[in-house]
Amino acid sequence: MSKPITVLVSIDSNSLLLGARHFKNYLSNLVDTYNLGSIVEVLETGSFGDYGKGVLFLVLPENVMYSLKNEADVEKIVSEHLLKGRQVNDLLVTDFEPEGPVEARSTTVEERVVLRNAGAIDPRNIEEYIALNGYQGLAKALRISEKEVVEELKKSGLRGRGGAGFPTGMKWEFTLKVDSPDKYVICNADEGEPGTFKDRLIMEGDPHSVIEGMIIAGYAVGANKGYIYIRGEYFESVSSLRRAISQAYEYGLLGPSILGTDFSFDLSVRLGAGAYICGEETALIESIEGKSGRPRLKPPYPPVSGLYSKPTVVNNVETFACVPPIIDKGASWFKSIGTASSPGTKVYSLCGNLIKRGIVEVAMGTTAADLVYKYGGGIPNGRTLKMVQTGGAAGTFIKPEELGATLDFDSFKEFGASLGSGVILAVDDTHCAVDVARNLMEFFAHESCGKCAPCREGTHMILHILEEFSKGRGSKDLFDSLYDIASTMEDSSFCGLGQSVPVPLRSIIDRFEEEFMAHVNAAQCPVGVCKFEKKKKKR
Amino acid sequence: MSVDIIRDTVTRIYEDINSQSLEKGDVLINTLHAIQDHYGNFIPIEAAEVLKDLTGTPLSRIYEVLTFYTMFSTSERGKYVIRICKSLPCHVTGGQEVIDALKKRLEIGMGETTDDGLFTLEETSCLGLCGVSPVMMINDEAYGNLTAGRVNEIIDDLVSRERGE
Repeated sequence: MSKPITVLVSIDSNSLLLGARHFKNYLSNLVDTYNLGSIVEVLETGSFGDYGKGVLFLVLPENVMYSLKNEADVEKIVSEHLLKGRQVNDLLVTDFEPEGPVEARSTTVEERVVLRNAGAIDPRNIEEYIALNGYQGLAKALRISEKEVVEELKKSGLRGRGGAGFPTGMKWEFTLKVDSPDKYVICNADEGEPGTFKDRLIMEGDPHSVIEGMIIAGYAVGANKGYIYIRGEYFESVSSLRRAISQAYEYGLLGPSILGTDFSFDLSVRLGAGAYICGEETALIESIEGKSGRPRLKPPYPPVSGLYSKPTVVNNVETFACVPPIIDKGASWFKSIGTASSPGTKVYSLCGNLIKRGIVEVAMGTTAADLVYKYGGGIPNGRTLKMVQTGGAAGTFIKPEELGATLDFDSFKEFGASLGSGVILAVDDTHCAVDVARNLMEFFAHESCGKCAPCREGTHMILHILEEFSKGRGSKDLFDSLYDIASTMEDSSFCGLGQSVPVPLRSIIDRFEEEFMAHVNAAQCPVGVCKFEKKKKKR
Repeated sequence: MSVDIIRDTVTRIYEDINSQSLEKGDVLINTLHAIQDHYGNFIPIEAAEVLKDLTGTPLSRIYEVLTFYTMFSTSERGKYVIRICKSLPCHVTGGQEVIDALKKRLEIGMGETTDDGLFTLEETSCLGLCGVSPVMMINDEAYGNLTAGRVNEIIDDLVSRERGE
């Protein structure tokens, strides 16, 4: 950076909606108007993560962060800070610590892994990624054998960040061991789990970390082709990745003889088209093959027989982003972060009724309470927390008194709170448990692909019962039958979608049975959310 | 539309997208997206026949794909397709009021198009913009922190833009 002052503007899908690009352009124009062009550089960077404060500008070298709500704020920064060198105190973000723009501040472990570059570099410029040790992991991987790369991954204890937590190194080993001339690496970027927006910000804030992770995976398992399967609605992520891929080709990091070796790797983006089920890996594979996204029978699992029946590694965006630093810094460094069973960090999406909604990366083993109150800033409008859904739509609902649960891949066993895709969805006391459950089940009923009866029919049966409750027509029998349907779905659904619907359902009816029962033979919904219909007279 | 009218266009789009192909048959969905973008929010059903000839994929399979995925439509939609998020993170931050306001303002239900052909209202699952919920997308543009008042403004703006005001 040759100019003495740099203003970094955090741009991502969420901050864009708060006017980030407009403010940035406005700033650039003002800089020109005041003839500051020779000393002030205005640059876009990835996500700073926190949307509770509006649009964020980081002014370097002073490391001062401002939060802006309107154009007048931009003018103030130009006239005071840039022209006169005086800090604009009423726009300052005071709890900002310069060395860590996105991740957890003042927690037990301070390590940025996945979001190491987001908010620090211009994601549209490969050179900035390379300048911060980008593609070092790949260079290192190419100097050791495929087996050694897999061993390092296994030693690191990295587990899949998509939600299931399967050990990544083991998955890669399965694929490496299969003798096949054609193998594939697929990045599952079909982020559709309600409440999850971490992958979006990784792809938009640091796309090369995902690409580098995929190339390393390709080398490690012996695959020469890769696909990134992204949701069709993620326009920004698609263009971010396409731009990054073409830069990587330009720099010889994709294509033939990568970094002077005889390893070649091609990478291409494929779009989804609005089907949650395509997040299931075999449905995703079907979709890339140009079919409707219906899951396949497992086994065989994709590492042995996946895309075009060839061995295929499928990992989540966040998982791939973890890979380069593991190879670069070593498995023992990675293991020093997080918990024994779940090493590393986790990127959480904080949403719902929280003061500070956004993304935050903290070490595995953080408590749900810290995520809600410390990072999420607590509950707005003076309301009280009623429940938190952790892990996404297929995750668990917990009550405020259970927030002490430490979150990692084993927390479901221990605390009944799932880590899943890292969603922390806070729900305040203006909401009714029946209405929340009904909304959730509408989602599953809509997204069930229809292939198997337990899921296709089960989701609709559950939804119907919940609708009866929300109209004041529930009963104890109906309530009990929810458990029956849940266990049938769990035992007999074809894929993970149907099998996991009982998880959120049971967690909410277990904890709010009283509130469900308060809808039976009552004059109105106890919280006043559900609109009761008049009862039909019994014939 | 007849197959002959669209054959050249669909062929050109397919050949353009097919240059990204790594394996045979891996660009069907990307191609359908491009065709839909070209015709503006819908895919003429006859495009399936052209694609059958180009790719050798059975017609039934192409029809299945066309109808399986929510984002594709074979019937003409409004100039502006509004996708409003119905998932829980939007729901608990006031999503229902926003949906009600949209329906009232446009005087249509979910899946319907306004008489002037300007707006189609669709519901969608989570759009991954939960940091600024409730959210909606109008074509490829997203809008966040919505309220009933805000959606009315947005619709008013689009309507007056269309009238050339």
